[in-house]
Amino acid sequence: MNSSALRQTILIEPTFEAWREAVRPLLSAGISPEFIDLADTESGATESLFATEPPASTGSGSQVHVPRSYIERATVVACHRDAARWNLLYRLLFRLQSDRNLLKLDIDDDVAEFRRLEHQVKRDLHKMHAFVRFRKIETDAGEHFVAWYEPAHRVLELAASFFAERFAVMQWTIMTPDASVHWDPSEKQLAFASGVAREHAPKTDDFEDLWRTYYSSIFNPARTNMNAMRSEMPVRYWKNLPELHTLPKLLTEAEGRVETMISRQPKLTAASFVPGDHSLPVLQEAIHACQGCELYRCATQPVFGRGPARARLMFIGEQPGDEEDRAGEPFIGPAGRLLDTLLSEADIDRSSTYVTNAVKHFKFTERGKRRIHENPRTSEIFACRPWLVAEIEAVQPEIVVCLGATASKSLFGSNFGLMRERGKVLASPYAERVIATLHPSAILRATDPERADQMRSMLLSDLNLASASLSLRS
Amino acid sequence: MTVQQKLAILADAAKYDASCASSGSKRAGNGKGIGHSDGTGICHSYTPDGRCVSLLKILLTNYCTYDCVFCVNRVSSDIPRARFTPAEVVNLTLDFYRRNYIEGLFLSSGIIQSPDYTMEQVIEIARSLREDHSFGGYIHLKAIPGASAALIERAGTFADRLSANIELPTQQDLVQLAPEKKVTVIEGTMNQITERKAEIDEDRRRHRSTPRFAPAGQSTQMVVGATGTSDRQILSTASHLYDSYKLRRIYFSSFSPFPLGDARLPQAAPPLVREHRLYQADWLMRYYGYNAAELTTDQEPNLSLQKDPKLTWAEAHPEFFPVDVNAASREAMLRVPGIGYRNVTRILRIRRYHRLSMDDLRKLNVRVKLAERYLIAVDHLPHKQQRLIGSPKPVQAEQLDLFAGVSAFSGQL
Repeated sequence: MNSSALRQTILIEPTFEAWREAVRPLLSAGISPEFIDLADTESGATESLFATEPPASTGSGSQVHVPRSYIERATVVACHRDAARWNLLYRLLFRLQSDRNLLKLDIDDDVAEFRRLEHQVKRDLHKMHAFVRFRKIETDAGEHFVAWYEPAHRVLELAASFFAERFAVMQWTIMTPDASVHWDPSEKQLAFASGVAREHAPKTDDFEDLWRTYYSSIFNPARTNMNAMRSEMPVRYWKNLPELHTLPKLLTEAEGRVETMISRQPKLTAASFVPGDHSLPVLQEAIHACQGCELYRCATQPVFGRGPARARLMFIGEQPGDEEDRAGEPFIGPAGRLLDTLLSEADIDRSSTYVTNAVKHFKFTERGKRRIHENPRTSEIFACRPWLVAEIEAVQPEIVVCLGATASKSLFGSNFGLMRERGKVLASPYAERVIATLHPSAILRATDPERADQMRSMLLSDLNLASASLSLRS
Repeated sequence: MTVQQKLAILADAAKYDASCASSGSKRAGNGKGIGHSDGTGICHSYTPDGRCVSLLKILLTNYCTYDCVFCVNRVSSDIPRARFTPAEVVNLTLDFYRRNYIEGLFLSSGIIQSPDYTMEQVIEIARSLREDHSFGGYIHLKAIPGASAALIERAGTFADRLSANIELPTQQDLVQLAPEKKVTVIEGTMNQITERKAEIDEDRRRHRSTPRFAPAGQSTQMVVGATGTSDRQILSTASHLYDSYKLRRIYFSSFSPFPLGDARLPQAAPPLVREHRLYQADWLMRYYGYNAAELTTDQEPNLSLQKDPKLTWAEAHPEFFPVDVNAASREAMLRVPGIGYRNVTRILRIRRYHRLSMDDLRKLNVRVKLAERYLIAVDHLPHKQQRLIGSPKPVQAEQLDLFAGVSAFSGQL
């Protein structure tokens, strides 16, 4: 039988309510879906092409059965733009009258199609919740947040309640080509209106620059995977997302950022050069092979600590200077001579102490024939720390005195505030009793004599504290 | 330094944390401030690494006193440092949220001064969002290992989710790469969260008005590939953490970027595939009823990079198959390669009134080509040849299994 000849076309507005109105009489009259073609009207009101009366009923006007689960899911499917959805919905509803478990039969072709459309609309709905971007404008009535969005299906009505709950205290409007919705926090209800063209939406928002900064910074360029991005956020959404406006730039910069990331990865530290045997002669021998950072390339030699293996007091300076680098001994230059003077004033015998540096190679820049001292970088201080820790373990001093910020950072971390913490007995993870104080060279470098005097007395008083702490324990 | 400059530094520093989930917590709009959570989580954007942008994921500061070798924020690293004021973080969160860029805030921090001090700073921001601004969006706070129990409790009253990072799979790895961190301290913090949550959930059963505590539970992150630790060890640690602390998720984060040819790093394997396999194994453990120990062996302690762990297991256990989709238990069907979790549920529902054929399975989008040699359907028995792949057993023994197999395994695994 050729049923198409007998099919009646009914044009309906693209809303679930219009469809319900249209099929209610058909269903109660028991009219089989094969005689009906439900289609979207082009322009507006629902119109039936039935001449005067509906096609002949094939069943009795029995009780119509419409399960709630069907209504809930059909409301969603009705938002799909597939023209065939209205017929599918009626076919399912018709079949449900005789087979109440139909919707559980996932392998039925109609049910499978129903599920597929439902899934697509739900996904589009979810994407709308995610991808709407409000732009703030100032009006007489205060702040107004406006978004323009293009959903794949007619989901604005389904989506609106989400925004009403989330942004209940804001005045906002979402415009789409099909319809728009407005929320006024004082009235607390959604007001739907007709569709709006893109040109009528605000063009930008000052905050989008910050948002783009965030977007570019949170992306890990070492893991670029555009396919994954496209599958979760199809390209058709991109033009309404402000963060994607700089995508090409982001991708061209990715390689450079990866290089920066690699350069920030841990470099070699001295750890692999420090022998397991932490006795001073073994360490001193081994340090000549150290390439734990780049400083070994320019320095003459590493300068290891000097002093008795069982010294009770250990001094840690910054790094060898020009003279120390040539001689291979710590604290023999100008700063070393000042230290000697101060030690004798504090009644400390230098020969009974162990003296070393936080960084074992001289770091400098060449200016003509002179080699000018340069501060070691944080990474160099920490690269060298395994040697210092090994020395502390070997000597096991009762008191460690850090001379200057570099030595203090090595034992306390780079946020250590020297002037705040000096002059106290502190505990470090690497030694139980540590006193942090100024480096003698700070006094030598001071241009203001008064300031130099002040620093000298600070250093001296800290050395006295070290000396007193020792005598207290003996 | 401008907020924009700080944002660039402190978002960049946070990009290594894989977690960005905003799910697991339902909160209705409160009528006073912006924000609600519908429980499912929303990805508001995707970055070119394929990752979701759900939360404003930043560090309060990237100053850190710790020296964890694998971490870019370690004290010894020469990077630009910055620190947000609490008000800056609060305003960024609210301004992003109002424009529907984000679901909420994921705040972490380098360790400054002490774990307690750091935790206090992090909590203050969450408190301000919730109390001063009635913010109803999602908040994920990093629980700083070693912070006091009182602070953890307070953090959980404002946050939807807390996470203390386990960082590395074993204590030895930590000793080697994160000398200031200790497994016992990290797990101590996880335990505090678990116990406090159990207490509050108990109270809430009696008095609905009891304020919630981290309703979206806790998660953790493990850096993978920075040491030679095997997948077997990683999965065993993961399994221990799931069991002991009721974690919602464990995030595996490949040590990144992976400088190829660097002799100091032990693995030559492509790290992203490895990370993917670990997630698959994790999924099998949580939803498919596999034990950590059966996914790898002592002889082959790493997951195959070529095949997914479910297929690997199936090929190694021919005695388990074929599984009859019209009779087998849920547990047995979950082990058939090509049939996913949701389809098992569907099959169980359908077969009450309909015996499934291969065509039916195709309609359900079962990956039939892969699955066919492991299953029996009403019109399908796998060829012996197919079933015998990888089996050292004689044909006769295999035939016996055909009958003993399905029923014996029902409800057993």
